[in-house]
Amino acid sequence: MAKAKSGPLARRPDNSAFKQQRLPAWSPMLTANTVLPFFYFMAVICLLLGIWLLLTVQSVQEIRMDYTDSGACAHCHDLRKNVSNAALICTCKLYFHVDRPLKGDVFFYYGLQNFHQNLRRYMDSRDDAQMVGRKTNLKKPSSYCKPFATNDKGLPIAPCGAVANSIFNDSFKFQYLGSGSSDEPVPLWRKGISWYTDKNIKYRNPQMDNLSLAEVFHGTAPPPYWHRPVYELQTHDAINNGFINEDLIVWMREAAFPNFKKLYGILQRTNKPFESGLPKGNYSVEITYNFPVQYFRGRKQVVLTTLNWFGGPNKFLPIAYLITSCLVLLAAIGLTVVCKE
Amino acid sequence: MNVRVGDIIKLENNQFVAADLLLLSSSEPHGLCYIETAELDGETNMKVRQSVSVTSELGDPNNLAQFNGEVVCEPPNNKLDRFRGMLYWREKKYTLTNQNMLLRGCVLRNTEACYGLVIFAGPDTKLMQNSGRTKFKRTSIDRLMNTLVLWIFAFLVCMGIVLAVGNAVWEREVGTLFQHYLPWDPSVNGFLFSAVRTFWSYVIILNTVVPISLYVSVEVIRLGHSYFINWDQLMFCSKCNTAAEARTTTLSEELGQVEYIFSDKTGTLTQNIMSFKKCSINGHSYGEVADPLGPQPKRLDFTPFNLLADPDFCFYDDTLLESVKVGDSHTQEFFRLLSLCHTIMSEEKSEGELVYKAQSPDESALVTAARNFGFVFRSRTLGTITTTEMGRTVTYTLLAILDFNNARKRMSVIVRNPEGRIRLYCKGADTVLLQRLRPCKQDLINITSDHLNEYAADGLRTLALAYRDLTEEQWEMWSESHQCADKEEDLLSAAYEQIEQDMTLLGGTAIEDKLQEGVPETIALLSLANIKTWIVTGDKQETAVNIGYSCKMLTDDMTQVFIISGHSVQRVKQELRRAREQMIALSQTKDGEREEVVEGCGEVCFMKFKGAGKQSQCPPSNRMDNISGDFALIINGHSLAHALEADMEEEFITTACACKAVICCRVTPLQKAQVVELVKKYKRAVTLAIGDGANDVSMIKSAHIGVGISGQEGIQAVLASDYSFSQFRFLQRLLLDVPDQRSLEYPKLYEPGQFNLLFNKKEFFICIAQGIYTSVVLFFVPYAILANASQSNGEPLTDYQTFAVTTATALVIVVSVQISLDTGFWTIFNHVFVWGSLGCYFTIMFAVHSQTLFSSFPNHFHFVGSAQSTLLQPVVWLTIALATVICIVPVLAFRFLKLDLKPQLSDTIRHTQLMCEKKRRPAGGRLASTWRSAGSVSEGRLGARGGSRRSGYAFAHQEGFGELITSGKNMRLSSLALASFASRHSSSWIDTLRRKKHAHTPPSASGECTPALSHSSSVLGCSQEAPTEVETVQDSRMIPTTSTSVEASEDLREGAVSTGSPSVAEKTAQKE
Repeated sequence: MAKAKSGPLARRPDNSAFKQQRLPAWSPMLTANTVLPFFYFMAVICLLLGIWLLLTVQSVQEIRMDYTDSGACAHCHDLRKNVSNAALICTCKLYFHVDRPLKGDVFFYYGLQNFHQNLRRYMDSRDDAQMVGRKTNLKKPSSYCKPFATNDKGLPIAPCGAVANSIFNDSFKFQYLGSGSSDEPVPLWRKGISWYTDKNIKYRNPQMDNLSLAEVFHGTAPPPYWHRPVYELQTHDAINNGFINEDLIVWMREAAFPNFKKLYGILQRTNKPFESGLPKGNYSVEITYNFPVQYFRGRKQVVLTTLNWFGGPNKFLPIAYLITSCLVLLAAIGLTVVCKE
Repeated sequence: MNVRVGDIIKLENNQFVAADLLLLSSSEPHGLCYIETAELDGETNMKVRQSVSVTSELGDPNNLAQFNGEVVCEPPNNKLDRFRGMLYWREKKYTLTNQNMLLRGCVLRNTEACYGLVIFAGPDTKLMQNSGRTKFKRTSIDRLMNTLVLWIFAFLVCMGIVLAVGNAVWEREVGTLFQHYLPWDPSVNGFLFSAVRTFWSYVIILNTVVPISLYVSVEVIRLGHSYFINWDQLMFCSKCNTAAEARTTTLSEELGQVEYIFSDKTGTLTQNIMSFKKCSINGHSYGEVADPLGPQPKRLDFTPFNLLADPDFCFYDDTLLESVKVGDSHTQEFFRLLSLCHTIMSEEKSEGELVYKAQSPDESALVTAARNFGFVFRSRTLGTITTTEMGRTVTYTLLAILDFNNARKRMSVIVRNPEGRIRLYCKGADTVLLQRLRPCKQDLINITSDHLNEYAADGLRTLALAYRDLTEEQWEMWSESHQCADKEEDLLSAAYEQIEQDMTLLGGTAIEDKLQEGVPETIALLSLANIKTWIVTGDKQETAVNIGYSCKMLTDDMTQVFIISGHSVQRVKQELRRAREQMIALSQTKDGEREEVVEGCGEVCFMKFKGAGKQSQCPPSNRMDNISGDFALIINGHSLAHALEADMEEEFITTACACKAVICCRVTPLQKAQVVELVKKYKRAVTLAIGDGANDVSMIKSAHIGVGISGQEGIQAVLASDYSFSQFRFLQRLLLDVPDQRSLEYPKLYEPGQFNLLFNKKEFFICIAQGIYTSVVLFFVPYAILANASQSNGEPLTDYQTFAVTTATALVIVVSVQISLDTGFWTIFNHVFVWGSLGCYFTIMFAVHSQTLFSSFPNHFHFVGSAQSTLLQPVVWLTIALATVICIVPVLAFRFLKLDLKPQLSDTIRHTQLMCEKKRRPAGGRLASTWRSAGSVSEGRLGARGGSRRSGYAFAHQEGFGELITSGKNMRLSSLALASFASRHSSSWIDTLRRKKHAHTPPSASGECTPALSHSSSVLGCSQEAPTEVETVQDSRMIPTTSTSVEASEDLREGAVSTGSPSVAEKTAQKE
């Protein structure tokens, strides 16, 4: 590398643009001519976005019903106060009326409030290696799952951990009471409610090797709060059973906030009268009330909503844009005044 | 080389002395040798050293090998001008003094070779003792960063505590309810313990707020800076093939904060080359360059006219040469004087090849000038001077040398020309000489004095020349009185006074102490950048002041120049006080005028910057801070010694800091460091010391930034420095760099750095506040939006992973935008790094969220699919955009407001330049032109020749060399054979040399030296046992001149007349 240079300028530094700091440079500068138009432009953009989003949001309909201890569900609520009654089945019915038909796709959510799925210890309490179907992890769950890694008898729990153990296990029967004649069940898609990557990559059942799912899970115990083992979650549909049961997958995707809703089903718009959404009329939801919330002062909800392209009745986004636009505009005007002086 | 105490080493001409040596013998007669001490103390004149005479005979290496003397001396110390010791050899004691010592750092000159015994080596040498302790240098940013990091750490702990308390509350209120789903760890038995664990968890999790990486980043940036310094072609000196070198990588940013520069003079500001520039002969000034902007006039070629001319001599005015050629008597007499009146020794190696051994570079320049104009000094003996005048060899009889000293400020020779006419030639300071002229020809005197003033205003060193014809009787009479006056200094100078009267003015000379290239410009530029330059030199007051004028630090229109030269504490105190009182008085009257002027011009900028001045820490006089007006302070080393005493420090520093220019002369290396320390202590300012010699090492080490001038002979200073380059003018580039052209044009841009405006605690807290605001926005905006958002297939976006990806992406984008806002110059590297880091972020995120990694490590990469599913959502991008706008718009508005309402100078300049570039209209640079005109005004003022008369006299000469010559000590044997003249007080020349030196050194340094003087006679007397004998011999020699010379010729082997007798005595003693 060492170049053998000689002569009086031997030690002269190289004359390269980099070494002499002569690289071509663009030197932007905050001037009134650049900053003020930018501010006005931003204000206008935010304003337009805000108005558009607001208009979009207007068309969204949402029905939100708290059933924690209301009406018919009150007795279930009381029943669940006592742990010893956990095995007892309790159902209750929720009636409601839809004044305006919900047009387009209608989504059925269950909502939980004050449930801290975002607790660090809670979120860690799972074993993704087990749920991706690794047989070694099936029998030897990660220590992060403690105290839900093994049951009293020392059997490994599958799926292990606090997250799976606390799965939301209320189930809903959605019925259309029509204009009063007969109860017609509202058909819901109970599949396709989870992320594609979750369903197809992240959660896998262990390899079957010509065994049944129950045999594969032999030697494991269900989580303590579960009524039935994981391989019986959806017995009649093999691709919605075990670890790839979509209700389980949806639950396993932890919410970031203590108040959240999770997708339960999507309205099937194949048959009448649901082709264009939920028609006007009376509906009922029959709830199998299993999930106790009184321990943590939580609330349970059923949410029915139509969607626009950015989600449900999300008023915050358009309003935030409108406010931002106003503030930027004010700042721009202020700056203009200051500048002109 | 492994030099140890007790080694005998041989030094050759122009070599550096490697250790403190006891001179044993030299190639010159009488064990004399000459040294240049510029490296050591900054003095430009040559000094003479002599070996103890017993050892001076140990000529060849074999004898030296036999030398087995024992030296007992004082322990190593830092007194450069003092040495006390005793040599025990062959059962005799010989006193050793500083005159026998060659100190490390000196250069051997005009001496072929010499041998010396190592007394102190390595760190024990006086040079190293003077160089002060090496301290680890750290910048103020480092210190600030340390403080800030501690604060941040405290903040971290606070956050940990707050969060732990929060955790305790939460666990108590909510967590207990959650036990059902999420039992506490078995080890956790309550919320309090959970809180304790949380505290430590958060301290670990949040440790990233402590910017440990900041240290690394800052170091890397500094490393880059230092490479750019090394690479800078504009700081490369092609003459000495030296590029600038950053010898440390830790001080880069301090370069932008320098407030005080301490500069050495010799070799740093000057090249230590004297050149004969101008002269005034009989009222006519020669050497003027007609038009400084015109074509460079041709350099005169002397060879056809004069075979003996020195080819290196430069002169441009051919009228002077013409005048010599036509035989103008005044011109000829002028150069005759220059060729006769000096103490130079010549050596003619071969015919026509003359080498002058001068004690002072000024004399050398003058004699060389005379040589080129046809008056060639060829050789001298004790009593004669041989010259070649216009090709004709003439031998003058040297009757007397009336030696130079600092009080007389002149020297004369009395010569008898071959025709027998006796004439006194005198050269000296105009102030002294003009009073001693014959009071006729007042016109000529006025004209010459005008010329000298003009030269002085140009910063040239001036000397006035005069002669006086003496009759034989006058000479006889004076000669007798002179002999009576012998040795008694007062009587002697009275005798000199007596004959140096009624002289006729010949003219004046102007010598340029050549400044390094661009020195005045650099100093002017730096002073515009509010950097104060102090000259700190070991050289004499006159020469230092002269350099002060020639590099425009001092100007004739300065309000007042204060000279502090008191010898006692009281006196110095008084002088400082008086100076301060005058300053206040003068500035009050001046302030009134100035404010009117400023208002009249309406130069807003000036006012602003005036207001920006920071409060000084000097308590005693707030008034002193507001002093306006050009004051200068010149302080002598011996006064400085008092001024640096604990109770005077403050007084000195307030006075000095109120002055525009400060010159400290005759200071020792340690004092240099003390001055720097003083400013560091009281002004809390960043200091820079620049120097080239070993005497600057201590100063370089103690300043925040030490700069060494490289490419010269010595490397001591360079080795101790933090930055080194070969020219003083590169300092402006080092300090006022980026972007170079702009900051050189507007040196005021330097000020924000000095006041630490760019990175201080306030800025830091603004940054922290902005950081908190940004993080709040980045959390709550996505929170509020995503809490209710869904994908188009109905799946909610509330999940933790989507939220995390959204927030992180928003963060990276906001930070990138912020960095873009902060980037002033978008070079290719900035683009690469800004866009590259964004690209990297997305690449890495997609990789981490990929199926491949998940299938290998499912528990660690459980974010699988989050990136694509999140970033495909329009609402996520709307969220990011909103968060970015909310984070950036206030910053932008704030910056713009600041720019508009309180523009920094740099902004204004950038703006104007931008305008200029855009509109290509010169009128755009309103401010620029203001500044430029401000600059030119001050430049103009600097260059103006004031009305006040000032002498440019400065002469790097030392007393005693006249005696040295008349004693014949330094004559070669051949010339001594012709000796027919002897001085009366010949043996005392070296005493005189030493005595004069002591008289000029600071009392503190030489306080203990006074008793040593009593031994002075033993320098030559060699033997402590027989001082009386020596004295008597000397006494007896005083009586008949002739007899001594006879004795001398008899004893030629001993070499010199004057010390012949003691040598003989000694020799016999040895034989016995």
